[in-house]
Amino acid sequence: MDKRITYKPFGNKAILIEWSAVINTAILYDILDFKLKIEHQKEIEFYDLVVGYNSLTIKLKRPFNDFKVIVKYLEFINTSTVNIVKKDNFLWEIPVCYDPTFGIDLEDIALRKKTTIDNIITLHIKKTYTVFFIGFLPGFLYLGGLDECLFVNRKPTPRLNVDKGAVAIGGKQTGIYPINSPGGWNIIGKTPISFFNAKADKPCFVSAGDQIKFKPISIDEFALLEIEVEENLYQISKTLLE
Amino acid sequence: MIKVLKAGFYASIQDKGRVGFSTEGVPISGAMDGYSADIANAVINNSLDAAVLEITFGATELKFLTATAIAISGANFNPTINKKPIRQNSRIEVEKGDILFFGKPNYGVRSYLAVKGGFQTLKILGSRSQFINITDNFKIEPGDILELNTDETKLKSSNSSIKIPKTHFTLKEITCYEGPEFYMLTSLEKEKLFKTTFTISSDNNRMGYRLKENLKNNLPTILTAGVLPGTVQLTPFGNLIVLMRDCQVTGGYPRILQLTESSLDRIAQKTTNQKIRFRTLKGLS
Repeated sequence: MDKRITYKPFGNKAILIEWSAVINTAILYDILDFKLKIEHQKEIEFYDLVVGYNSLTIKLKRPFNDFKVIVKYLEFINTSTVNIVKKDNFLWEIPVCYDPTFGIDLEDIALRKKTTIDNIITLHIKKTYTVFFIGFLPGFLYLGGLDECLFVNRKPTPRLNVDKGAVAIGGKQTGIYPINSPGGWNIIGKTPISFFNAKADKPCFVSAGDQIKFKPISIDEFALLEIEVEENLYQISKTLLE
Repeated sequence: MIKVLKAGFYASIQDKGRVGFSTEGVPISGAMDGYSADIANAVINNSLDAAVLEITFGATELKFLTATAIAISGANFNPTINKKPIRQNSRIEVEKGDILFFGKPNYGVRSYLAVKGGFQTLKILGSRSQFINITDNFKIEPGDILELNTDETKLKSSNSSIKIPKTHFTLKEITCYEGPEFYMLTSLEKEKLFKTTFTISSDNNRMGYRLKENLKNNLPTILTAGVLPGTVQLTPFGNLIVLMRDCQVTGGYPRILQLTESSLDRIAQKTTNQKIRFRTLKGLS
């Protein structure tokens, strides 16, 4: 039995597996490991697995009869040492234009943080971010790794419409709006990359466990890339993670 | 084919929903009252996976461009064909040119129209359920042409009809399991949760129902984790939100209750100012 993990019934058709309530990549990789093992077993029929910061929710096809039995089985597969080929994870380089035309809250953040716009951009592009999971909106990445100097509270009143592609900071997180939506995060730039395409086989090209790095581009490059993305000519630069 | 003459207040094509894309943040969607949608399909011998039209509050007018068989279940909006009243939960033959109209609500909130063979609108990510940013439109619009299954040349004429218990629309009691964070509530809060008659606020739609009465609490928010249709979230301000079929896949508020499937179907037939009471089925651990 793995003592770091707890199992809870979530109604009668879902199971919640929880790790300790902290955000770190060690837990993320534990979750993804367990997820992979569940995907490779046949005993439990499920239609979806939802990853959270410290949890995995199994949505079952049928209500369970005996919770204890299903937990015993899950413990067994979690501790089993079968060799399953891990899914590849990638480091994606995402072009972002931090021009004030798009980075409409840069000046405000600079004022609040008593720093310069250039410094904010430098801190934002310096880090490599880990994708913990996708939620909130289709294609919305929950990214970990934001520099503490860039922690800024959400706006007191959310904007009614934030553009698709807006790169923003909300509290301790940074993220990209995958579709036009209302939003309360502070907007610092915009990417021409689409993070959600319902017509694709894999609607979001990024997976939990991947990494993201932002690359600054000029407003002219943005205009060019936007066309390339539209015409399906743009190849996002990616590196296989070991 | 069916031509939409009047879309009504809110009508959308729904099936069993879009599963398998939670990890990309895609909501499940699907018929809000799955029970009634199933009945509409069953009456005309459709597969229960067949897509139906979910009509909220009526005022929808449709013209049949081909003959087919239909069944209507769920809420009653005094449906008529060519201005003549028709029965619900029964198989009805329609002719080319017939006009089906959903009028003023008699009871319930969501009515389901099943057509022989199911609506054949575009499947996206394995489902025909309309949802913003996934399908082209998130509801039907006047002028839309809804494709039907035209393979059905000879229609079986059986006279199946089903009687639906009225309690599906009237019962105040909503049965639930204890949610993952239920244990965090004090015994006083738990007592209040089950003794209060809650009122559905005007903030209710396919994503969620916010309730009017508050439940003061000191629960911390949780690290963002999976939520399900039927999850009842409790916000730091004491708001209770019942998540419905179009809900997000993850959330950060404590999940204090989880509705049973049949309660989720029943609450979908309720609207603003209607009352509910939570009744618990103990946790299953």
